[in-house]
Amino acid sequence: MTTTPETPVALVVLDGTQPLRGSDRELLVLAGGLGETHVVVPAAPGGALLRELAAHAVAAVHAPEGGADERLTVPAVALAEAAARAVRPRVVLLGSTPEAKEVAARLGVRLEAGVITDVVALDADLVATKSVLAGGWRTRCRARTSTLVATVRPNSVDVPARRDPGAELPEVRALPVEDTAPAARVVGRAQRPPSGRPSLEEARVVVAGGRGTGGDFGPLEELADALGGAIGASRAAVDAGWVGPEAQVGQTGRTVSPQLYVSCGISGAVQQRAGMQTAKVIVAVNKDEQAPVFEIADLGIVGDLRKVLPQAVERLRQLRS
Amino acid sequence: MTRPLTIVLPLKHVPDAKQERVLAGQPPVLARGPGILSELDEYAVEAALQLVEAHGGADAGHRVLALTMGPAEAAGALKRALQMGAGEGVHVLDDALAGSDAWVTARVLAAAVERIAATGGSPVDLVLTGMASTDGETSLVPGQLAERLGLAQIGFAASLALDEEGRAVTATRDAGSEVLQLVAELPALVSVTDRTNTPRYPSFKAIMAAKKKPVQTWSVADLGLDAAAVGFTGSLTEVLEAVPGPPRPAGQVVVDEGEGGIRLAEFLVAQKLV
Repeated sequence: MTTTPETPVALVVLDGTQPLRGSDRELLVLAGGLGETHVVVPAAPGGALLRELAAHAVAAVHAPEGGADERLTVPAVALAEAAARAVRPRVVLLGSTPEAKEVAARLGVRLEAGVITDVVALDADLVATKSVLAGGWRTRCRARTSTLVATVRPNSVDVPARRDPGAELPEVRALPVEDTAPAARVVGRAQRPPSGRPSLEEARVVVAGGRGTGGDFGPLEELADALGGAIGASRAAVDAGWVGPEAQVGQTGRTVSPQLYVSCGISGAVQQRAGMQTAKVIVAVNKDEQAPVFEIADLGIVGDLRKVLPQAVERLRQLRS
Repeated sequence: MTRPLTIVLPLKHVPDAKQERVLAGQPPVLARGPGILSELDEYAVEAALQLVEAHGGADAGHRVLALTMGPAEAAGALKRALQMGAGEGVHVLDDALAGSDAWVTARVLAAAVERIAATGGSPVDLVLTGMASTDGETSLVPGQLAERLGLAQIGFAASLALDEEGRAVTATRDAGSEVLQLVAELPALVSVTDRTNTPRYPSFKAIMAAKKKPVQTWSVADLGLDAAAVGFTGSLTEVLEAVPGPPRPAGQVVVDEGEGGIRLAEFLVAQKLV
């Protein structure tokens, strides 16, 4: 693709999760500042989704003509490609889930477009800011191609609280998509019981535990409940079987960038920092005053988390009532 | 009974993530000093070895090739894979490759996989990768490789197995609130996570045996590519600037003497985080 139309277009690729997640709204807000916003979804949108999108000034929604496709990744790529060829966007925005990164990768090949991942900011000239090397460095980079494909990290874009309800619903365009590229098939799905907490990647607050919890995440769960946060864990805690692997923070490929990261019983050695370094505020609780985590914490409490956390929960209750 | 398989492992040699890493130069690049096989690639090597061992082992005629694109030191990544048990190595080595982004890397590796198939006399059945490199961390190369090579792709596989006849891989993958069960007919590309298995430490015998395993070295021209198609010149993205940080200003450290939790709560309220 070498030319883009007169009215710049920003294409947002959504994965169909409803209602829209915070990270999805961030993509829509970001897109709105970069061009006329178009959205592509994997199935024909219902009224509720159209109203949500109208509130973000989405001009058109592209959906596939045919029915659901049980193949992995390729249908989403083919759909995004078809939408991109139809509207020739200057930028295609996706989230940072593993699935979204796979779509972004393959779309980049099909469109011959530069792909930049884990973007935390994108300016009007499509220069992207990334946090790299476990949060130790920031880079500014750009694509040399006329279209940029970018995956955006959650908690990067401010979503205004009040949005215009929007006069018009976006136009819905059916895209014929036929793609016979080899793909894996989904042959079964097992539901995991919902935890009632936000997912780690999306969470604005993460309360994470390590070896120092001794296996008892109870005080952390109380604090997470009080703060509406997600539970995270160090590799050691997951390996010990105290928490499920989906809670592991600092695993490459699962990035978290919360507003608040409360680190409990985690020493904060270099490889553990990948999870916490890009949090806006870090609070650490650890019995060992030499723990390296105190070097990067905004507030460090040297003490027993089994005393400190319940006391904090109780004080929060008092302050709120 | 599984027919002999050809498995290719694209690997990366990277600066050790446990040491300090620095971006320098214009355009900024990661300073390369002593490096290691990217930790996440070890899981891919282990996955390949386990598949082969479950289906007749070395005697069944399977080929497990370690492939890397990188400067001379990248041979260290191949060496580690050979010590773990890979049978042979391919090193794409060329000064023109310096500064290659994910687009170029995938293009070069795809050309290498095609050459492995063409010169090896049998098609490549499975490409196994880690889920991301520990330096670039883009996770782009596996998907771009699958797209270029026309391979059925399973990314972030939590578990992996070959079916009875060796014609397909079955895998599971965590997808938010679900666990997906997947099947991909060979040839396929699978990326594995750091929870998929536990990589083996090479035995002394394996380390000795690795010294005799063949490693081929190929240039960009050997792959039928132009110098202009690779390196900084051929990349579709560029880094304009790199800065450390932002540095976190030192915070307060308070010793709990009976009021630690209260301090914590009041801090959160003062910061408007609750």
